[in-house]
Amino acid sequence: METLTLTVNGEARHIDCDPATPLLYVLRNDLDLTGAKLGCGLEQCGACAVLIDGEATLCCNRPAGEVAGREIVTVEALEKDEAGAAVQRAFVAEGAAQCGYCTSGLVVAATSLLKRNAAPDRDAIVAGLKDHLCRCGSHARVIAAIRRAAKELGNG
Amino acid sequence: MASAFSSPSLARHPGLDEWVAVGSDGRIAIRTGKVDIGQRISTALAMVAAEELDVPLDRIDMVRTATGDAPDEGITSGSNSMMESGHAVRLAAATARRHMLTLAAEHLGVDAGTLEVEDGQIRSRDTNRSVTYEELQGDRPFGVDVDPAVDVKDPETHRIVGEKVAPLGLAEIVTGGYRFLHDLKVPGMLHARVVRPPHYHARLTGLDEPAVRRLRESGIDIVRDGSFLAVAGPDEYAVLRAADRLFAACEWDVGEGLTEGDVFDRLTANTRESRPVENDGVPQDKPVPPLADPPDDAAVTLEARYDKPYHAHASMGPSAGFALWQDGRLEIKSHSQGIYFLRDAVAEAFGIDAETVRIEHVPGAGCYGHNGADDAAFDAAIVARALPGKPVLLKWTREEEHAWAPYATATSMLLRASLDAGGTVIDWSHETYGDTFNMRPRSGPGMAGAARLLSSRFRANPPPEFVPKPAMVRHMGLHRNLDPLYAFSAKRLVKNLVRDLPLRTSALRTLGAFGNVFAIESFMDELAVAAGIDPVTFRLNHLEDARGREALEAVAARIDLSADDGIGRGIAFAQYKNLKAYAAVGVELEVTDAAEIRLKRAVLAGDAGEIVDRDGLAAQYDGGFLQAASWTIREQVTWDRDGITSRDWETYPILGFDNVPEIETVLIERPGVPFLGAGEAVSGPTGAAIANAIFNATGLRLRRMPFTPDAIRAAALDA
Repeated sequence: METLTLTVNGEARHIDCDPATPLLYVLRNDLDLTGAKLGCGLEQCGACAVLIDGEATLCCNRPAGEVAGREIVTVEALEKDEAGAAVQRAFVAEGAAQCGYCTSGLVVAATSLLKRNAAPDRDAIVAGLKDHLCRCGSHARVIAAIRRAAKELGNG
Repeated sequence: MASAFSSPSLARHPGLDEWVAVGSDGRIAIRTGKVDIGQRISTALAMVAAEELDVPLDRIDMVRTATGDAPDEGITSGSNSMMESGHAVRLAAATARRHMLTLAAEHLGVDAGTLEVEDGQIRSRDTNRSVTYEELQGDRPFGVDVDPAVDVKDPETHRIVGEKVAPLGLAEIVTGGYRFLHDLKVPGMLHARVVRPPHYHARLTGLDEPAVRRLRESGIDIVRDGSFLAVAGPDEYAVLRAADRLFAACEWDVGEGLTEGDVFDRLTANTRESRPVENDGVPQDKPVPPLADPPDDAAVTLEARYDKPYHAHASMGPSAGFALWQDGRLEIKSHSQGIYFLRDAVAEAFGIDAETVRIEHVPGAGCYGHNGADDAAFDAAIVARALPGKPVLLKWTREEEHAWAPYATATSMLLRASLDAGGTVIDWSHETYGDTFNMRPRSGPGMAGAARLLSSRFRANPPPEFVPKPAMVRHMGLHRNLDPLYAFSAKRLVKNLVRDLPLRTSALRTLGAFGNVFAIESFMDELAVAAGIDPVTFRLNHLEDARGREALEAVAARIDLSADDGIGRGIAFAQYKNLKAYAAVGVELEVTDAAEIRLKRAVLAGDAGEIVDRDGLAAQYDGGFLQAASWTIREQVTWDRDGITSRDWETYPILGFDNVPEIETVLIERPGVPFLGAGEAVSGPTGAAIANAIFNATGLRLRRMPFTPDAIRAAALDA
């Protein structure tokens, strides 16, 4: 057990935990940020994505001790981010979720993509979602939502 | 407009107070027995209620479904929810409005005919005085029954029904605030994990005691009941690691393991119970008629066999269950589709009164049938029983969800048909072979609810194994959509419930319809080719159902099957259960040099009766298409003697974002016509449309799913 200091959604948070604990469990259980989901624990499905230093990162297997000092942003904080908020609005407008379990990971991935590439074409969107799965079949709507968000941000 | 349709939900729960309550704050609570499993049913039901009550959608609160509070509407399955609950909620809301108008007329001293309602405010045209719903009815019971003959709104006047609205909860989902069962946190809660055996037939014979002691000393609770083994503790990650350590400390008798070999050989070779299916999809208790020689006037006779492997639900979130056993009462939270059935099965398993068990539905990840939800709830209850007074949140792992949840059975469909010289089908035989789709835990005489919960078979003194009989209900299980909607003059239809198959099976979206429609609609294309008639005309020549024709023609108008540009085009059609929503599917695809299928475009035509949640309905079509496309081209459960080998997303690959076509969904308008369940309509036609498009592109007829590059290359070598 150690006291880790993590920077989450702009705040320094001190957590007593085994530094081997995957970041996902710390976010969900210690910080009550349950937007990121456990889908597999194998970095295969994308449900656990958060931004680490601006990059969408799967955190179900990433030891929390490794990310101390880095900037962690979860889906809960994206309302305050211009691109993130646009993505969230676009997902609602396009009805881009059915059950919603994979959605927060997709919102994080889409936000990260738009920060890197303000006007992604379809191939770039697909490439940006390569680490993500959806079982309800919302794929086409997710792609449409990301196009809509890019357009709303003035770049699409 | 008086509503003329009977309602099983209202027959069981006739009281208006069971469905509608008006709060003193003006909010309106709607109760339903149907639950959200990713299909947005609560949005559609809220829209129906808001429409009839003349209030905005945001004044409706959909009450969380729990046993004892909610109407018992059975299972949220079979595309029944709009026909059952949608209809009941509409009548209940209309009765509530009428009741409050009567009260208002009295209160205002005016004739009820002079009253109008806007946003829950009732105003008299004569006096301009008004009163609100909450002033009349706030926090008070109605004390009357729902009137099944109540006038409902004329569809011409609808303001909400049929519109596009944002689904309830989506704003919370995209911001991370929506709480799934997996996100539950209560004071003193323990996390729990099951330590599963290597496979179905393995039994626990020993535990390394020093390892167990070390785990206990580290604060982990270990729960054992026969071969059922679980760990619990306050820290989720510590519990996960403890589960791994405990598994390493287990000795198992693995027996002979799972039966290996080609399941499709077994499907038609094993012992089976066969029933003829007649009278629009109803199995009959009589001998199966032999397959006679083709009729004398047959110009062409074709035979074909189609195979579909086992499919997994593969829900994005591994199943979870919450349980608290305290003061002789068991409280469960579950994402089960059937909380009343689950309550009775759990009570049966523990030998307790069902009235001491309360189950509340809390959403989980998308659910497409009988996945691990019920089993995980029972697992949590077993752990909670050993740790009374402690709230337990038990989650399955990805491996458990892939390897232990019930699968959709593999099925084989054997078809033979004859055409006369004019290209008309004059003889049709279709036999379907497979395991059961009906293993949901249902209690009651002979139903063995407890035996159908996964962990029952591993507990000490397990109940006898439940051996299902052939389901005899219309379009149920293996024979769902076995009877084609086409007007064939002679049909021989047979369902074969096959015994001694290797994997655990139960209901997955469409049950037998996916395999049956894949077979029928592939075979219709094969017959059309043999007749020299284009596939759309060939179908229309045999399709008398006017709504079916309209759906098929809607797709045919948007997909040019005669185009010769290297793109493969295929169509297919079905009406789910010959009773629910219609779906026609057109697909455009390419088969690459690497024998991979690239989906380019899909056109989906749907007729689900009156449209309520327009975008939700479209989502059932476009989402259902993508899921079925994934089944068709990518998915199959695999196993060997030592257990299931498709245990994660790498070993059970599904469709990704890299193979998503442009999708055009055409919804056919049917105002005022009864709702038809739409959640499963598009799946069957999707599989066949893809097979037909591959044939169109390559001349290769693929009859065994999945259509992987290996399967396409093998078909090319055989050609």
